[in-house]
Amino acid sequence: MTFKERLESGKFVVVAELQPPKGIDLSEVHEHAERWRGRVDAVNIPDLQNAIMRLGSLSVCALLKGKGIEVIYNLSCSNRNRLALQSELLNVSALGLKNLLLLQGDHPSIGDHFEAQPVLDLDVIGLLGAAKRLQEGYDLMGNDLKGKPVFFVGTQVNAAAKGHILDLEVMDMEKKIRQGVDFFFTGSIYEPGLLETFVKKVAHFKVPIIVSITLLKSVGMARYINKHVEGASIPDSVIDLLLKASDKQKTCIEIAGDFIRAAKPLCQGVQIIPLGWENLVPALLDQVGL
Amino acid sequence: MIKAEQKPLEEILLYLKSYDRILLSGCGACVTVCQAGGEKEVGLLASALRMARMKMGTPLEALEATPARQCEPEFAAELSETVEKVEAVLSVACGVGVQTLARHFPKTPVFPGVNTTFLGETVTHGVWEERCQACGNCILERTGGVCPVARCAKQLFNGPCGGSSKGKCEIKREADCAWQLIYDRLNGLGQLYRMEEIIPARRWGVESRDSGLRRIVREDLKV
Ligand code: SF4
Ligand code: SF4
Repeated sequence: MTFKERLESGKFVVVAELQPPKGIDLSEVHEHAERWRGRVDAVNIPDLQNAIMRLGSLSVCALLKGKGIEVIYNLSCSNRNRLALQSELLNVSALGLKNLLLLQGDHPSIGDHFEAQPVLDLDVIGLLGAAKRLQEGYDLMGNDLKGKPVFFVGTQVNAAAKGHILDLEVMDMEKKIRQGVDFFFTGSIYEPGLLETFVKKVAHFKVPIIVSITLLKSVGMARYINKHVEGASIPDSVIDLLLKASDKQKTCIEIAGDFIRAAKPLCQGVQIIPLGWENLVPALLDQVGL
Repeated sequence: MIKAEQKPLEEILLYLKSYDRILLSGCGACVTVCQAGGEKEVGLLASALRMARMKMGTPLEALEATPARQCEPEFAAELSETVEKVEAVLSVACGVGVQTLARHFPKTPVFPGVNTTFLGETVTHGVWEERCQACGNCILERTGGVCPVARCAKQLFNGPCGGSSKGKCEIKREADCAWQLIYDRLNGLGQLYRMEEIIPARRWGVESRDSGLRRIVREDLKV
């Protein structure tokens, strides 16, 4: 069953994020992807995440697909204008890729090429609109396409938002659904309670939600996230576990496992973001019986 | 109004190093308001340049003038006699004013003395902030009078990026998140429903600076 078929038939999906290298040595990418073969439904390949210049999502997706591994191609608005974005979507389709994660993307000023000019041509609503239009057989200017691409389109939602920011997110989701979104990935969440509030609020949309969880490697990392990532609130109980951990990897798996068990009944899938601990993914899935 | 900041003295001295007699020209409009190139700043900068050049052993004669609006040809024309007496002009008007003088005095080098930074408003005494990018198709009607082109770091048209923290922008921490301001304003007006509308992609390549030089022609005003 493909990622799309699983989501459409209401089955729980497992996704893991795999960062392309800075450079062209793909040995680790292949190693991790092989390790995850048969364990995850799709591998999600970011596109210039955090505005760090690295190998793009497209080549990694094409190479992994060639090896029979299902992938999710990522495309963000911040570095390409509408010609390049649409052409890239056609490239993706020509290579036989279907799953998309379309994102606003990170501003270059936060990355390693902070002197770069951002491209502010389309916002993510515009990019979603472009994907929709291409699937209808036209480009954004209404010109006919020779051969229509077919996509399965996802985007991100900030499910950890609170108060009026959450209301804005819900409004935003509704607009994104109107632009043809088939599924949502949440940003990383660490508290099942927050996910529950969010899921209840958006249940009426009936669009699959895949929750993202970042593997917590240390107390330092957890504190950093709490301080710098908007909306992130890693509970004290989790920080306590990390503090007392004698085997950091084992504790990491336990924390993530607890979260996934609590989140599973609330949503339609999980994305594991391993940030360097890719080798832990199978053990984590074993632990939660996925 | 247009906002500008004076360039570092060292940079200006470098521009002027082969000249002994210059005109330092300010402007009585925008740069007077933001105190970068009005009559007062012309006086102060002229003294600073004279002193610096004196110390360097190459005295500089700096004439001073501050036309009402340096970007209007008739005011530039008023400077003609003075410009004839000097080797170069240092203009502390905005970039428009500098170019008006350059166009008007083809044989005299004209140097910029300020960095023209943005179209902005006075937030409080001594603080100015960008408000408009002259994008060519004003959408303030849809965004509660707060401009996402100038004020949102990602120029988003359909709601916040999700990164703002306590109402501040994730990219420019000292700036208010434009979409927080838009939300507050629409909320106050009882018009939050306006955020449900999709604002389509802008026609940057037709309306904005991205289309190349923009020009306004008013046939009714031509002589
Ligand atoms: S929408 Fe355009 S014209 Fe209106 S304030 Fe913003 S930049 Fe200026
Ligand atoms: S935090 Fe607000 S102003 Fe800054 S980029 Fe995001 S939406 Fe725009």
